[in-house]
Amino acid sequence: MRETLAGTGVLIRLGLRRDRWLLPAWIAGFAATTYSTAVAGAELYPDVGSRVEAATALNATASLVALFGRVYDPTSLGALSLIKYTAFMAAILAVLMVFITVRHTRSDEESGRLELLGGGRMGRDAPLAAALTISFGASIVLGLVTAVSLAAGGLPAAGSIAFGLGWAATGMAFSAVAGVTAQLTASARAATGMSLGVVAVTYALRAVGDLAEPGPSALSWLSPIGWNQQIRAFAGDQWWVLALPLALCALLVPVALALRARRDLGSGLRQERPGPARGSLRGVGDLAVRLQFRLLAAWAVAFVVFGVVIGSLAGNVTDLLSSPNAQDLIMMLGGTQAMTDAFIAAEISIMGLLAAAYGLSAASRLRDEETDGHVEALLGTATTRPRWATSHFALALAGVAVLMLLAGVSVGAGAATVLADANQLGRVTLAAAAQIPAAWVMTAAVLAVFGWAPRLTGTVWALLLLFVALGEFGVLWNAPEWLMELSPFRHSPLLPLDSGAVGPLLGLTVTAAALAALGYAGWRRRDLAP
Amino acid sequence: MANVLEMVGVVKRFGPVVALNGLDFSVEAGEVHGFLGPNGSGKSTTIRLLLGMLRANAGSIRVLGLDPWRDVSSLHRRLAYVPGDVALWPNLTGGEVIDLLGRLQGGQDLARRAQLLELFDLDPTKKSRAYSKGNRQKVALVAALATDAELFLLDEPTSGLDPLMEEAFRGCIRELRNQGRTVLLSSHILSEAEALSDRVSIIREGRVVETGRLDELRHLTRTSVTADVAVVPAGLDALPGVHDVVVRNHRVSAQVEPSGLAPFMRALTDAGLVALTSQPPTLEDLFLRHYGAAVPVAAAGSSSGRTADA
Repeated sequence: MRETLAGTGVLIRLGLRRDRWLLPAWIAGFAATTYSTAVAGAELYPDVGSRVEAATALNATASLVALFGRVYDPTSLGALSLIKYTAFMAAILAVLMVFITVRHTRSDEESGRLELLGGGRMGRDAPLAAALTISFGASIVLGLVTAVSLAAGGLPAAGSIAFGLGWAATGMAFSAVAGVTAQLTASARAATGMSLGVVAVTYALRAVGDLAEPGPSALSWLSPIGWNQQIRAFAGDQWWVLALPLALCALLVPVALALRARRDLGSGLRQERPGPARGSLRGVGDLAVRLQFRLLAAWAVAFVVFGVVIGSLAGNVTDLLSSPNAQDLIMMLGGTQAMTDAFIAAEISIMGLLAAAYGLSAASRLRDEETDGHVEALLGTATTRPRWATSHFALALAGVAVLMLLAGVSVGAGAATVLADANQLGRVTLAAAAQIPAAWVMTAAVLAVFGWAPRLTGTVWALLLLFVALGEFGVLWNAPEWLMELSPFRHSPLLPLDSGAVGPLLGLTVTAAALAALGYAGWRRRDLAP
Repeated sequence: MANVLEMVGVVKRFGPVVALNGLDFSVEAGEVHGFLGPNGSGKSTTIRLLLGMLRANAGSIRVLGLDPWRDVSSLHRRLAYVPGDVALWPNLTGGEVIDLLGRLQGGQDLARRAQLLELFDLDPTKKSRAYSKGNRQKVALVAALATDAELFLLDEPTSGLDPLMEEAFRGCIRELRNQGRTVLLSSHILSEAEALSDRVSIIREGRVVETGRLDELRHLTRTSVTADVAVVPAGLDALPGVHDVVVRNHRVSAQVEPSGLAPFMRALTDAGLVALTSQPPTLEDLFLRHYGAAVPVAAAGSSSGRTADA
């Protein structure tokens, strides 16, 4: 073994030990989801006629093509059932692999844990090699388990394998991307953010590319997520496309290693510049804004771009939806009124989920600040606990509100322009604002868990994923009604808003306030638990 | 003198682990109080209780006449704290952190701040990410020492400092004492506590096992005596209070309790005393008295010969 790789085996074992719950849980989650979708799809589209009808409608709906991609073989049960999984779930898989890779590279480096290990017989490239081995391995296992689940769900074996390998290769490609970004910046947060930016851009590239007539344009072929769609599992199985993500890995891994060789442990590629000798932060509120502003700004930009795109697609909806099956599809996405409204409502509720994810990550900073040991210095001053907790919590709440208002204004402005109806701006903005309380409930849930069981703060993410999954697939899975009712998002009023929306909004706001009060009460009485 | 800090019968459990087991501890106004104990003996837990970061399971705690759990804001305005493990925000500069902590504390003396930066040779424009452990500690020290606090709680404040900086730190502590401020200095570095402290408390397994002025405590332990004599008298090790007698040619060395000093010296004088060196007990010896059982013999032997580092 090369000297720079010494200790890789030990690090792999250590990493697997640390991820011994996380990885199996995720892999099982992906497998269960694909299995149940395969089974449910067979019930939903029992014959070729129903499939062709649904697939044709879907392919004719620009907004759905932009969001999920095309069904390349309208007669194929697998291609139709898994339409949400080739791009959308592949992106979630990419996010997971980014987190895992950064967690074992830059996070460990930033915290000084690697330095501790570096004193032993550990080569320079060992951490990166170990992290990539873990994330590549996890991608492959996840892909294989998925292939088995799909086949077990009754889909053709060849397509199942193509689909599983597609996911595996996509996961590997984004692991390699994170392996590179982890070398560029000195902070794990920035490395994660950069990688997630790549995921978002590649997703958007294929969205635009897929919209081209007749088939995907070159833009889709520039995107690893686009490649995953072009494998066309269950719709021709283009095996050779698998070579593209693998080639990307073969290109990026040496780049990451070369970058690593050019820098010192703990530093990024760019030298740290000196900053101000005097500080302008006046209190914990300023500090929270300083620590979180970049994150919020990045989200805000993404929301505006996403919102404008969605808004300008609103005009396409009514023209293209002639088939009843397509209407069913749109209805299933959450809408209950006219098609345009249903489309906008569906997109706005997705943005509501994303805003909740932002609120969750912003509020989780409370726990991060505690485990990083920063709270101890702050609470040693005259700052009280509630005051400090409010600094991050209030920012999280405000951030959620800002994001949804931006979403409303940008979708509304787009829709108003396309539909030549100035009223759209106001009503869409109001509809977006109506998603705020549900996202606040999730944000406040973080504070509640943080107050009483700080070590479990991360489980709120699992809760959010559960609610998202229930919202997307609950009907498909025949989930019990009470479980679906648990999700705050289910109670968010949708377009068009009427006076009936007041009750649920009030209820959600009160729930959020109660959770926050609970959180404060716990935080006031518990020990600091770094 | 009045106690600025008083803990009576304090118990702190973390799940099944008992960290403090009926701790009684007090610090008088205007003193530098050394708080000694090895890693894991409960020093940091005690300090976190004094700051209201942890809540005691039993017992009473008063700091500056206030309840640290309830009166956080009014109490913390009057004290300054340096954590044992200083963690800073990686993308803030040292200067920014010092100013932030100072403002949260209710203001700091800018002239003093500049003076301390110079004294500790700290560059405030560096991002915290780039600081070494010692420099992170200096940031916390400057932030604390530039405030006008009555009470300073310092948890192993010099563990990352080099010897030069340690000397600068000692100067600061002496200055604080001259100004009549109270300092609680937790440490496992005995020479440091010995050089700075008016009184010390030794904590072991969650209890204070010894507390008092250094000269008082010294009475509790043995003086190390080495003497050259003309003829080595027999039966030295039979004398009361005399231990570990080692004879090599004409040189006698022994550990002698305070009560045994007079008869031991008499015996040496009668034997024709030529040369004599004696060392007062160091804190190290005090420490070993309480922790001796856990310390290997070789370590105990070598440490007893070290002189106090003033």
